[in-house]
Amino acid sequence: MDTITTPSESTKAREQLDSVVIRFAGDSGDGMQLTGTQFTQSTALAGNDLATFPDFPAEIRAPAGTTFGVSGFQIHFASHNVMTPGDAPDVLVAMNPAALKVNIKDLKERGLLVVNSGAFTKGNLKKAGYESNPLEDDSLVGYRLLALDISKFTLAAVAEFELGTKAALRSKNMWTLGLLMWMFGRDREPTVAWLKHKFASKPEIAGANIAALNAGHIYGETAELPVGIGAYEVVKAKLEPGLYRNVTGNEATAWGMVAGADLAGLTPVLGSYPITPASSFLHAMSKLKEFGVVTFQAEDEIAAVCAAVGASWAGSLGITSTSGPGVALKTEAIGLAVVTELPLIILDVQRGGPSTGLPTKTEQSDLLQAMYGRNGDCPLAVVAAQSPGDCFYAAIEAIRISTKYMTPVMLLTDGYLANGAEPWRIPDLDKLEPFPVTFHTDPEGFHPYLRDPETFVRIWPKPGTPGLEHRLGGLEKHHDSGNISYDPDNHHKMTKVRAGKIANIANDLPEQTPCVGEASGDLAVVGWGSTYGSIYQAVTRARAAGHKVSHIHLRHLNPFPRNLGDLLRSFKKVIVPEMNNGMLSKILRSDFLIDAIGVNKIAGQPFKVGEIEQAISTHLEASK
Amino acid sequence: MTPPDTPQKLTRKDFASDQEVRWCPGCGDYAILAAVQRALPKLGVARENSVFISGIGCSSRFPYYMNTYGFHTIHGRAPALSTGVKLANPNLDIWMITGDGDGLSIGGNHLLHILRRNLNIQIILFNNRIYGLTKGQYSPTSLVGKKSPSTPMGSVDNPVVPAAFALGAGARFVSRAIDTDAKRLVPLLMKAHDYQGAGLIEVFQNCPVFNDGAFTHFSDRKTATETQLHLEHGKPMIFGAEKNKGLRLRPNSLQLEVVTIGEDGITEADILVHDQTNRAMAFLLAAMEPPTFPIALGVLYCDTSVGSFETAIHAQIEQAKQTRKPDLGALMRKGHTWVVE
Ligand code: SF4
Repeated sequence: MDTITTPSESTKAREQLDSVVIRFAGDSGDGMQLTGTQFTQSTALAGNDLATFPDFPAEIRAPAGTTFGVSGFQIHFASHNVMTPGDAPDVLVAMNPAALKVNIKDLKERGLLVVNSGAFTKGNLKKAGYESNPLEDDSLVGYRLLALDISKFTLAAVAEFELGTKAALRSKNMWTLGLLMWMFGRDREPTVAWLKHKFASKPEIAGANIAALNAGHIYGETAELPVGIGAYEVVKAKLEPGLYRNVTGNEATAWGMVAGADLAGLTPVLGSYPITPASSFLHAMSKLKEFGVVTFQAEDEIAAVCAAVGASWAGSLGITSTSGPGVALKTEAIGLAVVTELPLIILDVQRGGPSTGLPTKTEQSDLLQAMYGRNGDCPLAVVAAQSPGDCFYAAIEAIRISTKYMTPVMLLTDGYLANGAEPWRIPDLDKLEPFPVTFHTDPEGFHPYLRDPETFVRIWPKPGTPGLEHRLGGLEKHHDSGNISYDPDNHHKMTKVRAGKIANIANDLPEQTPCVGEASGDLAVVGWGSTYGSIYQAVTRARAAGHKVSHIHLRHLNPFPRNLGDLLRSFKKVIVPEMNNGMLSKILRSDFLIDAIGVNKIAGQPFKVGEIEQAISTHLEASK
Repeated sequence: MTPPDTPQKLTRKDFASDQEVRWCPGCGDYAILAAVQRALPKLGVARENSVFISGIGCSSRFPYYMNTYGFHTIHGRAPALSTGVKLANPNLDIWMITGDGDGLSIGGNHLLHILRRNLNIQIILFNNRIYGLTKGQYSPTSLVGKKSPSTPMGSVDNPVVPAAFALGAGARFVSRAIDTDAKRLVPLLMKAHDYQGAGLIEVFQNCPVFNDGAFTHFSDRKTATETQLHLEHGKPMIFGAEKNKGLRLRPNSLQLEVVTIGEDGITEADILVHDQTNRAMAFLLAAMEPPTFPIALGVLYCDTSVGSFETAIHAQIEQAKQTRKPDLGALMRKGHTWVVE
């Protein structure tokens, strides 16, 4: 059985829903990420807008059945614009007791709970810390429970493939996916095609998975389900017209790097060292060799950034990618790029810190490191992406600033953006504005630090150019000859030049406008990075309730848009939701002497819309 | 060898920069600088394609004195910078300058990896067995018992033998010279340049200020014939004032011994012939130390059977370009897409 066997027209009536949040949770060996990704794909093809949030344990293979080995994947889809993976799930799929234990507290009241009762064995209950079986006591009465022995159903569905129990049970995620696909009217065909492709060399595994997928679907179609559980429909969302695909942040960043380098007329050279959650960016770039992309997996973080600095000096676009701990190791070399005034893109896919911290969890706690984490007065430009698809445009903007202003640029994304997916309107590359680099070639009056008197930007001479032989280095340079200089006045001047050069970039940035609301009012909610969706929704809701609230979201964190101080002063109150202990709020306070109030969540999890809504009403209330 | 791109004849002077050389008087670095400036015009590489990249330390000041492109980087990281430069532009002819502290202490990791990858550059390792720039602390090549400001009672840790480290790392061109022996250093630099991979030249460099005479036990010209073995590929390993001493394998062991031709029935036929492609022998030669043995100088090991790193990287890029069209728009449209009207 390797094709779809049930009639596509459902025989049961479908209840219309506006928006649904589903969380798939199971043991890290249960294939929940694959299940979620496939459900996402089919949901996108069905025309809903969506956002996802994969949440997996740090251990590659945590002991089976334990709570710390639970892997989750949340998807929020709707008939309208979706900007966050959703607050509380409407549907929770729990493949074992540990998954139930970890996730049940988040499920909405009267939410639909699908559990694999076959995994609720004595041993598994004990590993999850349950004293009695929650399926048998009345602890789950507040939910609509659908307890099915998915293990048993799966074994029966794949029996003909004679795989042995252990291998056969691997298909239970597909059985579950089949059931959910029936429930939400999803097309199984792309998943069937994907399974055939993935297991092309193991047709029996492909067959078993497809059989399980179909069996789950048939079950929904034919079985008597408890009252209150049925089939649903979420109608297509109205999105901006165009050709769409799903994209994750790291994928979009990689494509943005290739597009940006092309707009600058440069070859991208990536030096990188594997680190969660940035590695998939390295993988994505490594697959783009036909674009001339050079990727170098270095021996460590330091070598990775140094290779990128060397590449930039030689006339390519040096890029390095990492997460917070890697940035810490790279700081000295970033300082070298600042003092030698070379382009360099440092992609920091932030994760929970400090130290090794929470490698697989998201956070925005590298902002101060990005701004100030180097020895000496060592400014550079900082740019942040606000959604998975926006990573593409943020990467291009980072490259534009870096090459135009001969400076390292820190590009901040985070684990949530990196792994999260969203439907993305595929950009028209011809519409992007090129910003070609001109290398200096004229030996007449040449000094390596010849600079534009207004922007302070120095020329870019590259090795191999006759007559421009020169030496660069980390020692302080004479203002224009570039020779070593220990002169006190020169050092003062050079420090001011480096700072002025970065500050001047503000003249080349659009003025900041609120993305929701007016340019003045009772409350400004200021954010940066991946909190965009949650803040947007929360502010939209607060405005619907009649409040004078605006959402201001920053792409450029250094320098700030030149009108930012005035804009913020036009509000009675400013709050700053951040997934850290107060970083942007600190900078706003020190730069503008305004009372920016932090709303901080440091849980390794994105903000829920409700949490920001709560903060908005608390602060509006307090100012009454 | 990088093909000559300019017909015009360059001289030693063309490679000297306008910067005043600031090493201590009598420092071995002067001799090495002179040797490099003499070697470069002979290589036929255009000046704009010659690049010197260094880390931090006395020797790492070197690029400032060469009228070529130069990058004085950060401590220990010259191998990583060089890798990026070479990957970006494989036509550049890179000379990496490092020292025993820069290359074997803080940058040991990078040196290991650049050697095993076989990036096509020349690496001159100035070994003076001391930290000069930071004023005289012992280094990873200092001998046990070295008294220094940080080891007033003498150092206790075993030194690393750079050539043995390099061989262990998988280096395929390992050579040695003495700073003031220009007659041999200049041709050795040219040989390393000819080699299509990481050509390591360890130079025993005297630091008269903090470690004077660290190598006199074999570098002293008066006794050099007895303490130096100059390796030549395909020639018997003979040394001594009377050219009657040589190396052979001690019977039934994997150890070298010094024998005298004409004594105990030893003839020239008993003496080992230097085979620079013999890696096991290279390890034995690297480990030889006076007074039991002469110091082995010249090319200890040279294996031309493996290509260079940047060549392999760029070959993959070329291969990818041949099989796939570089069309980002098409790439983004691949897989599941859908139209919103
Ligand atoms: S300290 Fe030693 S190595 Fe450094 S310049 Fe002086 S003599 Fe040369």
